[in-house]
Amino acid sequence: MTWNSFPRQTYRREVAIAIPAIYRSTVGKKAVMAVTGGILVLYLVAHMVGNLKIFLGAEEFNHYAHWLRTIGEPAVPRRTVLTLIEVVLGVSVVLHMWSAVSLGKRAAHARPVKYQSKKKSHAQGYAVHTMRYGGIIIAFYIVWHLLDLTFFVVNPKGSDATPYERMVADFDASRWYVTVWYVAALLLVGLHLRHGIWSAFQTLGLRTPRKERALRALANTVAGLVTLGFVSVPLSITFGWVS
Amino acid sequence: MKLTLRVWRQSGPEDKGTMVEYKLDDISPDASFLEMLDVLNEKLIAEGAEPVAFDHDCREGICGMCSLVINGTPHGPERATTTCQLHMRKFRDGEVIDVEPWRARAFPVVKDLVVDRSAFDRIIASGGFITAPTGTAPEAHAVPVPKPDADAAFEAAECIGCGACVAACPNGSAALFLGAKVTHLGLMPQGQPERWDRVVSMLDTHDGEGFGGCTNTGECTVACPKGIPLDVIGRLNRDYLGATAGGKKK
Amino acid sequence: MTDGFYKSGEPIADTKAPGGPIEDRWTTRKFEAKQINPANKRKKKIIIIGTGLAGGSAGATLGEAGYHVQQFCFQDSPRRAHSIAAQGGINAAKNYRNDGDSVHRLFYETVKGGDFRSRESNVRRLAEISTQIIDQCVAQGVPFAREYGGLLDNRSFGGTQVSRTFYARGQTGQQLLLGAYQALMRQVDAGNVELYPRHEMLDLIMEDGRARGVVVRNLITGEIKHYTADAVVLASGGYGNVYFLSTNAMGSNVTASWRAHRHGALFANPCYTQIHPTCIPVSGDHQSKLTLMSESLRNDGRVWVPKKGGDTRRPADIPESERDYYLERIYPSFGNLVPRDIASRAAKNVCDEGRGVGPGGLGVYLDFADAIERLGRDKVEAKYGNLFQMYERITGENPYDTPMRIYPAVHYTMGGLWVDYDLQSNVPGLFVIGEANFSDHGANRLGASALMQGLADGYFVLPNTVNDYIARNALPPVDPEAVAAAEERVTSRIERLLAVDGDRTVDSFHRELGHIMWEYCGMERTEEGLRKALELIPALRAEFWERVKVTGKGEELNQQLEKAGRVADFLELGELMVVDALHRSESCGGHFRAESQDEDGEAKRDDANFAYVAAWEWAGEGGQPVLHKEALDFEYVKPTQRSYK
Repeated sequence: MTWNSFPRQTYRREVAIAIPAIYRSTVGKKAVMAVTGGILVLYLVAHMVGNLKIFLGAEEFNHYAHWLRTIGEPAVPRRTVLTLIEVVLGVSVVLHMWSAVSLGKRAAHARPVKYQSKKKSHAQGYAVHTMRYGGIIIAFYIVWHLLDLTFFVVNPKGSDATPYERMVADFDASRWYVTVWYVAALLLVGLHLRHGIWSAFQTLGLRTPRKERALRALANTVAGLVTLGFVSVPLSITFGWVS
Repeated sequence: MKLTLRVWRQSGPEDKGTMVEYKLDDISPDASFLEMLDVLNEKLIAEGAEPVAFDHDCREGICGMCSLVINGTPHGPERATTTCQLHMRKFRDGEVIDVEPWRARAFPVVKDLVVDRSAFDRIIASGGFITAPTGTAPEAHAVPVPKPDADAAFEAAECIGCGACVAACPNGSAALFLGAKVTHLGLMPQGQPERWDRVVSMLDTHDGEGFGGCTNTGECTVACPKGIPLDVIGRLNRDYLGATAGGKKK
Repeated sequence: MTDGFYKSGEPIADTKAPGGPIEDRWTTRKFEAKQINPANKRKKKIIIIGTGLAGGSAGATLGEAGYHVQQFCFQDSPRRAHSIAAQGGINAAKNYRNDGDSVHRLFYETVKGGDFRSRESNVRRLAEISTQIIDQCVAQGVPFAREYGGLLDNRSFGGTQVSRTFYARGQTGQQLLLGAYQALMRQVDAGNVELYPRHEMLDLIMEDGRARGVVVRNLITGEIKHYTADAVVLASGGYGNVYFLSTNAMGSNVTASWRAHRHGALFANPCYTQIHPTCIPVSGDHQSKLTLMSESLRNDGRVWVPKKGGDTRRPADIPESERDYYLERIYPSFGNLVPRDIASRAAKNVCDEGRGVGPGGLGVYLDFADAIERLGRDKVEAKYGNLFQMYERITGENPYDTPMRIYPAVHYTMGGLWVDYDLQSNVPGLFVIGEANFSDHGANRLGASALMQGLADGYFVLPNTVNDYIARNALPPVDPEAVAAAEERVTSRIERLLAVDGDRTVDSFHRELGHIMWEYCGMERTEEGLRKALELIPALRAEFWERVKVTGKGEELNQQLEKAGRVADFLELGELMVVDALHRSESCGGHFRAESQDEDGEAKRDDANFAYVAAWEWAGEGGQPVLHKEALDFEYVKPTQRSYK
């Protein structure tokens, strides 16, 4: 066993079908997560702002929901822009998760024997350690959320109701457990963003020591505002402030 | 001091290995952690038992040969300190101390607490250098280097290649080690011609050796006995993406 | 005058250095050396033992030149060689400060600093090459300290009056070694260098009086293997660990050099030992090594001990009037900045008087109270923060509040295998570079010169001389019998070590040997003490071979076995050091004989009788070593007595 006889490549490479070399690298995968994460954050902010329209009343809210489906008309057919957004979001979510799973698998492979002593974490905060399982819970939440308010499968009201009616029915005080589930998931989203936004900048090589404080502040602010904005709606409905 | 040690014993690469408990009395608080292990070994030899194998050499915190995960933390509880510089006064009398090897697929256990870190050498061999055949160098003052760059390069170049970053990383990634070298050489004007090839080639080797990917948990920099900052990973990422997506690698 | 402990042999001489003006000699030698066609270099194999500054730079350069290099080190990576621990800096006669420095001045100061016991031709070449080293290292990206203008910074260092030391904070050795290591790894990747880490050389393969290869033990598997070559280069470092406690790394050893010595390579000036004054004192029996604190601390720290012996008060409670700032008292003009050997001996003297401080009374105070008052704590922290931190980590005491305790420790060995101007030993085909040879530092090495010598040898000297030997000697394949004989020597020695199965650990022998060496062949040597050591060491060696306990087997990773082999060689080397120290009844540099001092207690050289290199020949186990003298002529630097008063 000499140095020279060690195998040069010990990690099984993924089949390279249509996967560019950059994406096969660990840094590339993480960059994909950062970029797709960025898209999702921007979407979340817009989504959150839209949600807040519920406080302006049923008419405003329903009108907004209608507008979403008709952006660009008559230049493009109905729902074109929304569909495009949905496609971009769908692809982003898939890539984001694919990268996460791929890096997670690598991590498991990279440490086949675990430490016996309880591993102590010394770095950063709680948010870092919720990224993986938090991400999985968020994924389940998104599925629920789509079944609820996009496909109306688990919504008390059907497709013949207005968006406003569906929201109000969804988070009715009698369905407090749905609200709890939403709020819990959204808190996880907040934690995910808190580390994720900072992490994305680091991954893309855009973080420098001088920008560190500003970046942490940005991440905390965005995470905080997005979470507050989102949870305010179900909570307001459940507590009867919006009906 | 009285101590109870739980030490990872593994007779060879094929052995399964297990934690074995040893009791020590009368350890001086002024002894270093490795000197405490010396005392244990002297005792084991006197009893006719096999001493614990562990890596160490300079014992002044610079060669990077000592390792050991102590109570779940690489290089033990004191920050910015290698195991050889860790002293027993940092532990309580009667404390139970777990001692384990670095854990990573890329660092297979050779025996007891000794692991094989040659993957680091292969990462360096694949690009962690500036090509400057002996005798070809221009006069040293031909290229001035701005002091801030030189200082930042030095900070990154302080890496001792011990592998604590890998041992601490939940992903088993060597991004801090890799980033330190990419940063050191990438900040020097002499390192520019090979900058983009270097980062791609070194990351390729890193990934191929079976290290995990960095997910920015920040555990590495805390475990690093030289306090190499996370910035070096940022620079690794920037250079890699610049080289590939940015098309700078020709 | 053999006096019963050695025999006199024929004088030897360096036949490779050309004559003529000293500034032309290296150029002349390079020109006269036979060259090898680049296409043929690939067929020529060179073995290098060690990957420190000398070995690493040699491997990188010879690999680049096209030779087929096989390189070995006992550490798990070439980057761990102990050169990495060098703190201070590297000298080069660049004269960037315009302070009158020149190649000649560096040459002059190195010969003088070596107390006129080195070879002029070699030292002159070293000074000449020093400037190329800096160029080379900068080109490799070594992050030297720089000024705001972007140019290289310099500082002054012990024993010189100009600023010619280049540095990278307190980690110059690390940065230079990583530069050489990276260059070496590039050659490994290119296939020019085959690297064998965790391999220890245990014997030399000899054929017709030539070095033709090595036998190594794979430290992971215990497998014994041989490698043959056209030339063998030892770059295996110094032997300070013979003292058990030293600033050397735990693994540093003399085995490669000693195995070569046993095959006829002469060992030169083994008694020249540099003892560094500013180390952290021993704290107890558990102590395994000593840690150096940079000499720069003496720029602002004041050294003192209590005036009366046995004073156990806390340092803060001892009033100014009861303190003895002995360096300032004895050496008013240099004060706390006297050279290493003088500061070390003064510390020993006050401790011998019973005035030492700390556990065992083996320590003196290095006090920063005045500096903190004068400069402010912040300034002191900016200058020495790292060192203070390291001190606190090791001792648990805060040097801002209470004075540091320091004591001298063995640091560097100037002696080593004898080599000629080509760095070839008297065994053809065996080259020795770096600390392992004896060539450039005479009886005392100046600060920041070790790194210079290691890199000069590896980057520039050896690659321009080894070709001459290889070109002149077309060697046939090595006789399998010679290989088998060498392998047999190694395996039988390992079997012998394992077979003793006694009741004493290897470390206990090493510790005892170290104690003997430090006591009788340390900072101050006397005829009486040396003669006593000459009885103690052979007795200890005999006991070692009867009572040593080596656990485990030969065919596995066995750190006890590794240590046992090294200590066995130290037990032989120690005796030769004592013989050398006993025969040299003068004081010079790192060798102080109590019998040879002036009325002020300063070292007294005896140029009439001892202006020579003492090169010792192995005379078999139990035989008396044979002394070969190489006369030293001083054409350019006339010997004077050193004075620092």
